[in-house]
Amino acid sequence: MKILFDRIDEPGLNTLPVYERRGGYEALRKALQMTPEEVLSNLMDSGIRGRGGAGFQMGRKISFLPHGDMDKYLVCNADESEPGTFKDREIMQKSPHMLIEGILIASYAGEISRTFIYIRGEYAHQADILEAAIAEAAQAGYIGQRILGSEHSVSLVLHRGAGAYICGEETGLLDSLEGKRGNPRLKPPFPAIEGLYHGPTLINNVETLATVPAIIRMGGKEYAELGTETSTGTKVVSISGDVQRPGNYEVELGIPSRELIYGLAGGPPEGREIKFWFPGGSSSPVLTKDDLDLPYDFDSMAKAGSMLGSGAIIIVDDSHTVLEVALKVAKFYAHESCGKCVPCREGTNWTVKMLERIQSGEATPMDLDIMASVQEQIIGNCLCVLGDAMAMPIGSMVEKFRSELEDEIEAARERAEGADLDDVIPIGVADEHAGPFPVH
Amino acid sequence: MSATGRRTVPRFGHGSRVPGWDQAVDLTKDPATIPDPATTPVAPGLKETIEAAMAKYPDRRSAAIPALHAAQEVHGWCSPQAIDEVASVMQLTPAYLTAVATFYDMFSTVPKPPNDVYVCTNISCSLLGADEFFAAMLDAAEGDPDVDVRSFECLGACDIAPMASVNGEYVGPLDLDDAARIVEDLRAGRAVLEHKQLRYRRTADPEVAEEETDFGPPDPETTEMADTAGLGPEGDPEASE
Repeated sequence: MKILFDRIDEPGLNTLPVYERRGGYEALRKALQMTPEEVLSNLMDSGIRGRGGAGFQMGRKISFLPHGDMDKYLVCNADESEPGTFKDREIMQKSPHMLIEGILIASYAGEISRTFIYIRGEYAHQADILEAAIAEAAQAGYIGQRILGSEHSVSLVLHRGAGAYICGEETGLLDSLEGKRGNPRLKPPFPAIEGLYHGPTLINNVETLATVPAIIRMGGKEYAELGTETSTGTKVVSISGDVQRPGNYEVELGIPSRELIYGLAGGPPEGREIKFWFPGGSSSPVLTKDDLDLPYDFDSMAKAGSMLGSGAIIIVDDSHTVLEVALKVAKFYAHESCGKCVPCREGTNWTVKMLERIQSGEATPMDLDIMASVQEQIIGNCLCVLGDAMAMPIGSMVEKFRSELEDEIEAARERAEGADLDDVIPIGVADEHAGPFPVH
Repeated sequence: MSATGRRTVPRFGHGSRVPGWDQAVDLTKDPATIPDPATTPVAPGLKETIEAAMAKYPDRRSAAIPALHAAQEVHGWCSPQAIDEVASVMQLTPAYLTAVATFYDMFSTVPKPPNDVYVCTNISCSLLGADEFFAAMLDAAEGDPDVDVRSFECLGACDIAPMASVNGEYVGPLDLDDAARIVEDLRAGRAVLEHKQLRYRRTADPEVAEEETDFGPPDPETTEMADTAGLGPEGDPEASE
């Protein structure tokens, strides 16, 4: 069953005539015939859960918005930066009007008059395509005052970011959209009550919003027939890493993970075996090859101690060490931490240092316990979950691959002891990066 | 906040930052105030671009990032002069804009070469050899004053890993020889690694793609099909204005 990826490679689908020929914007017309409450009840019935990472029910999110005459905002989160995730990129590049239609319908359901798409700055090509599509839609009267003869008026602005992972976090995104540094905010108040410009704000992922036209077309109840009871519908899954056919695959939620990884993506290269995998981007705790028969849906992943997240599977085969992957993950979050909350700012950096100690042969097995305790102290102690996003996978790697890491510590120490003392940089002596001041 | 190839924060062997890494504020100078628009010359066209951006938002400050993008486009980097020009049009302090510019990876507050090569070295790419490619790319661009090679966090194209973004154009999967070719293409001023550009890639989903997906050079018969955006490799001239 293809909903988002239905004939998505059709040439010119990014233009209005082709999209309209395929029945585009019919769902918007249908929605405008209904009352906003009816549209909302369809979204509620569909049970669609957010595709960005948290998996919160979209209909419930809209229902939290206050009613009445006030400036309300909708922000489409297109700052797709979770390592391993590239589904929104393909949707926006190939079928931008589907996203725009979804935004317009959602704005009607929430009685919202100002909408924004926050796209990451690196997606220059996709932003150009969206910009052209928005202009076409405005020209055709889908965006603007009293659209299609209804009482609903709506504007849509494309906002390009400038490269910061933290701006994918909803409150960091709001600050960035207000023209500030993208620092997360204290919650509550949640954005649905006080968000962009202090107004009630609905924030949804690209994939979630792009599914809305299909939900209205099919009817919420029928959409809920797809997938499992608590994870309804289809999901675009990004599979990457050590697989033969990396890419985006649209599947019904609840499909066995093995079928996704081996059947669709071709499994690891010849002669290799899966060592572990991230089921939902680099922030999700890792699973091993014993978990391959789990159904791929929100609840099964949570029950296995991980999460579906953004639906990005990263496969690591047995040619890589756990240490090497852990270091990559930790360095990423240390780089992207905005520095506002101490546990995250310090915890990510200390984790990197401890992993580097293992690599250089200075660590002892006790360091693994210290590292695990650092992760525990990050989780739940910050304004946003960036720190948790490092703590969860690192914690799971230490837990599941402890013996391998202990072997690594031992091997690295032997290597270091055997090394020529001339190669060792004494503490306190500047390394080659230390140039004349000031340096960048 | 720097994991780049060239602009690494200088550190001692034991990991501490070398003093002066962040260029402490010059306390002898007066704080910068909002530049007077009457006495601040602004590059031609920049004022109009920024004003158009400000008009799109309920709060003009929201245009800070688009304005800095535009200024960086004109000046090559977010120079003090560029920041002053934006500050005078937007009526914000240079300090505010500098704070914004330093937060985001795509803005540079130091002079940089005109061509940006971002090599993704995050998990999916590094599993497939991105670190080796990054080293090869640094070597290939060594001594070229026009090419800035940086390692970048996940660029959202793990399906073409290992990959790079060359002046915003995504290319991959790359092998080590491509490093030299990227530099050659940039010097010649032509489209970079045209046969490896992401915009030509079909979806991997076998039920959607009608034929086997591969990375062959754009075949005249299939290129039109695959280039679903209908934009040529040069991009849409109107969109990139």
